[in-house]
Amino acid sequence: MPGKKQDVIDEKLQALNNDGVDRRGFLKCMAWAGTGLVWTMSGGVPVSRAFAKGADRTAGKGADFTFVQISDSHIGFNKPANPDVTATLQTAIDKINALPHNPDFVIHTGDLSQLSKPSEFDTLDQVLKGVSAKQIYFVPGEHDMLSDNGEQFLQRYGKDTRGSGWYSFDHRGVHFVGLVNVANLKAGGMGSLGREQLEWVEKDLRGHSASTPIVLFAHIPLWTIYPDWGWGTDDSEQVLSRVKRFGSVTVLNGHIHQIMQKIEGKVSFHTAMSTAFPQPAPGTAPSAGPMKVPAEQLQRVLGITDVNYVVSGHSLAIVDSPLEG
Amino acid sequence: MTHKNIWAAGLAMPAMIAVLFLLMGSAKVTANDQSSAATAAIKIDNFTFGPQTVTVPVGATVTWTNGDDIPHTAVSTDGVFKSKVMDTDDKFSYTFMKAGTYSYYCSVHPRMTGKIVVQ
Repeated sequence: MPGKKQDVIDEKLQALNNDGVDRRGFLKCMAWAGTGLVWTMSGGVPVSRAFAKGADRTAGKGADFTFVQISDSHIGFNKPANPDVTATLQTAIDKINALPHNPDFVIHTGDLSQLSKPSEFDTLDQVLKGVSAKQIYFVPGEHDMLSDNGEQFLQRYGKDTRGSGWYSFDHRGVHFVGLVNVANLKAGGMGSLGREQLEWVEKDLRGHSASTPIVLFAHIPLWTIYPDWGWGTDDSEQVLSRVKRFGSVTVLNGHIHQIMQKIEGKVSFHTAMSTAFPQPAPGTAPSAGPMKVPAEQLQRVLGITDVNYVVSGHSLAIVDSPLEG
Repeated sequence: MTHKNIWAAGLAMPAMIAVLFLLMGSAKVTANDQSSAATAAIKIDNFTFGPQTVTVPVGATVTWTNGDDIPHTAVSTDGVFKSKVMDTDDKFSYTFMKAGTYSYYCSVHPRMTGKIVVQ
């Protein structure tokens, strides 16, 4: 968004934020993996408020409902970057259960398993049984498609889904759409949604008024972060154009094992930390892939995402918290 | 030509043809013999097939080995071969019996591509 329009938006945001952090500074701020960062979409305009550990968490107060996003549990992974991914997943669950408000549900944005093995899915299910939320929604990652193109995943988690596992549901007036961009990947490409799914999205959104808050969730980021590492979706523009008319759109992704956020008009994008292992920042290592950190730091680079939705303000507050620190 | 010579010439041809078939037969056997068949190795490191382009003779066997902490696959874009998932240190081999250029990629991380030239 070039030029004049951008300046006007920046001015308005400057006015909204008494802490003196303008939009660009705010986005830099979000790269900080601190104890917690709250950002809110209020009527399509982002407002930021940083808060310190132990501070009164007002995020839950007044929120109509909350849900949690976790991602990339990679059950079955056992290499140096994290020899016990089941234990760190359990820590994530404990953290969810310790939240001051029980989330209505959990969304897992994929790479549940490392190798799509039944035993890995079994272990995941065992750990997830202990979560306080009554419902868990899943979308597959590429690691969940390794046996028979995702047959295992669909059998276990794909009830009432279409195609390779896409679906939608409504919760307290918010429309959630789970997308699959890890099936039928083409050589040399990145993530891919495919025509059938895009046509379904079009039909699915048809009945909803523009004031319905939309949450899209998929494994691979739905915006281009770093093509060389496959961090993006080839046909993401096709789905983003279909949600353009809505007043509030939030996109939740995983895959990159680190927090990245972007705001483009009324669409806010967010990627979650993994509960298994971190990955390097784009271009800072020879490749994406498990990044080893000193053992005492591991729990600080893994985490969960708590999302608070406030009906009256049409606002979604997203809080990322590491497993420790 | 004398009567004797014609007879010799008559026998020579079929004899030569018989020897030729015999030789062809044994050449086939040699090609199947592991110790003299061509092989090539591709190592997967840092989400890259190395070397990215490999040239081998017809009948060669190419073996991929995964050196990453993440699983990968080797899948031909034309449906010619498709490896199982290779976890760390797993291998996959394929023997190329026909000349041609075979593009392939990792179906899990599709940005990873490679090429086998068989000639």
